[in-house]
Amino acid sequence: MNDLKRTSDRMRRLEVTAQKKGWLNDIHPTSKLFVTLACIILVISINQYNLPGLLGMCIYPVVLFVIGEISIKEFLYRLRIILPLVCLVGIFNPVFDKRPMFYIGSVCVTYGVISMITLMLKGVLTISAAYLLASTTPIEKICAALRHLHFPKMIVTVILLIYRYMSLLMSEASRMTQAYMLRAPGHKGIHIKAWGSFAGNLLIRSIDKAKTVYDSMILRGFDGEINYTGYKKMSVNDYVYMMAWFVVLLVIRTFM
Amino acid sequence: MHMADALVSPAVAGTMYAVSAAAAGYSIYKVKKEDDASKIPVMGVMGAFVFAAQMINFTIPGTGSSGHLCGGMLLSALLGPYAGFLTMIGVLFVQCLMFADGGLLALGCNIWNMAFYGCFIGSILIWKFIMKNGVSKKKITIASILGCVITLQLGAFSVTLETLASGITKLSFGAFVSVMQPIHLAIGLVEGIITACVLVFVYEARPELLWGIGGSSEKLKNRFSLKKTVAILAAAAVVIAGGLSLAASQYPDGLEWSIEKLTGDTELESDGEIYDKASQVQDTTAVLPDYSFKDSDSAAGTSVSGIAGALMVVAVCTAGCFIFRFFKNKKVKISE
Repeated sequence: MNDLKRTSDRMRRLEVTAQKKGWLNDIHPTSKLFVTLACIILVISINQYNLPGLLGMCIYPVVLFVIGEISIKEFLYRLRIILPLVCLVGIFNPVFDKRPMFYIGSVCVTYGVISMITLMLKGVLTISAAYLLASTTPIEKICAALRHLHFPKMIVTVILLIYRYMSLLMSEASRMTQAYMLRAPGHKGIHIKAWGSFAGNLLIRSIDKAKTVYDSMILRGFDGEINYTGYKKMSVNDYVYMMAWFVVLLVIRTFM
Repeated sequence: MHMADALVSPAVAGTMYAVSAAAAGYSIYKVKKEDDASKIPVMGVMGAFVFAAQMINFTIPGTGSSGHLCGGMLLSALLGPYAGFLTMIGVLFVQCLMFADGGLLALGCNIWNMAFYGCFIGSILIWKFIMKNGVSKKKITIASILGCVITLQLGAFSVTLETLASGITKLSFGAFVSVMQPIHLAIGLVEGIITACVLVFVYEARPELLWGIGGSSEKLKNRFSLKKTVAILAAAAVVIAGGLSLAASQYPDGLEWSIEKLTGDTELESDGEIYDKASQVQDTTAVLPDYSFKDSDSAAGTSVSGIAGALMVVAVCTAGCFIFRFFKNKKVKISE
């Protein structure tokens, strides 16, 4: 199975998780968006030597993973993309900062070690917050919330179109890759002689497709903005959810 | 090069969101001004294409590893800087939300590091400049490779600055830069070659799809002739060298200033036979010593020096070109 097929499947799984019925999924997207941003801001604002504070913040992903019945395996898989850079940046901290912070028995724990651990923990926590938002809220609803918050119409429309046509073009690219691999067995990727024609053909087909898409959108009354069906106002529950998390996260941030 | 939220402080993230928002606002204004409603679906589909194309592995000959397409440069070469920039914002947003590739709070940084440099620097300063006098396969290749390398270097440098400004790492600036820049130089080269291959293919198949090359032939017709250009440049040289040289600063230049700070004088004293001989030769051969007539401080000396200097530079350059052409033609004849 090639990368494209794998990514396509992963996207579909995330979409299914986001669209399923459940208490967490039914919370208003604006409310979840604000809680996610608050969580990320509070996590990264914690001092690099404050390990207890960060451990306290773990309550957010733990509660949401349990309530939302979200796959941890899928989340751990996602960490592999971004965590290496975070680790690369943090791994040198123990080398350059050798000041002793405390002792566990006879083992000295330095400031450098603690700052490395907190950096990695911050990485995991912030990625989990974004992942939890994506796996409990379909992207259409997130875009509707962004539009409601007066995010520029053009950018939101482009995000939605990218998302809609991503799977289509990925499956097309996947078919092309598979056909190429069948004609060139044993090859790991596309040979240099075919670099231009392979991606170029896909590109030209995509542009032609864009023109057809535009024509069909015009026929359906597209006036520059996509209509977000089913967008409702925030209810009392949504406000309570948002305020409750604000209070919990702020208390942890302030007192731990 | 996608930055995670953990690598930025709230202050740096906020600042980068503000500058990226300003660039996005300006881009929206420019795209709206074009008043082309069909552009938005094209932007969306092109964003999806970049997504799909970035997952295709292109084998790098002789290494066993693979490279990927450079999205920013490709989009700006097809859609222009403004629409390309907005499309890249969409791509980065989806990457961050759906694939955890880059953080939500670090999105401002990622937009700046990848979309801004890739689209604005890549298209306005590199692509447009190289395509100014017409388009060719060679020019597309040069622009793509140069664009990818330079914009990736700038992006990697920004990642270093943003991380250090956030106080995240104990790594020194020098160490961090020496890790980031060489890696991205290699990546930029490979991405540049792949992007060049795709754009050359598009140029051969559908040249009208490329941005910044349409209408260049019309512009070429209206350009000045070579004679007119040379005449204008010669007149400018005479005015600057003969007239404006009189208003030249009396203060020492940067190097002289540095030497004066260290030694107390703008020139370094050198003793020795070789230095004396060289000085004697210079005194004998210099027609206009210190940019004036010998034993005279008149202003006319400065003007004449400026004009004479400019003429000599032109003569040397022209002679150099003729010598180069002579040897080049000789080489071609021999090979024939």
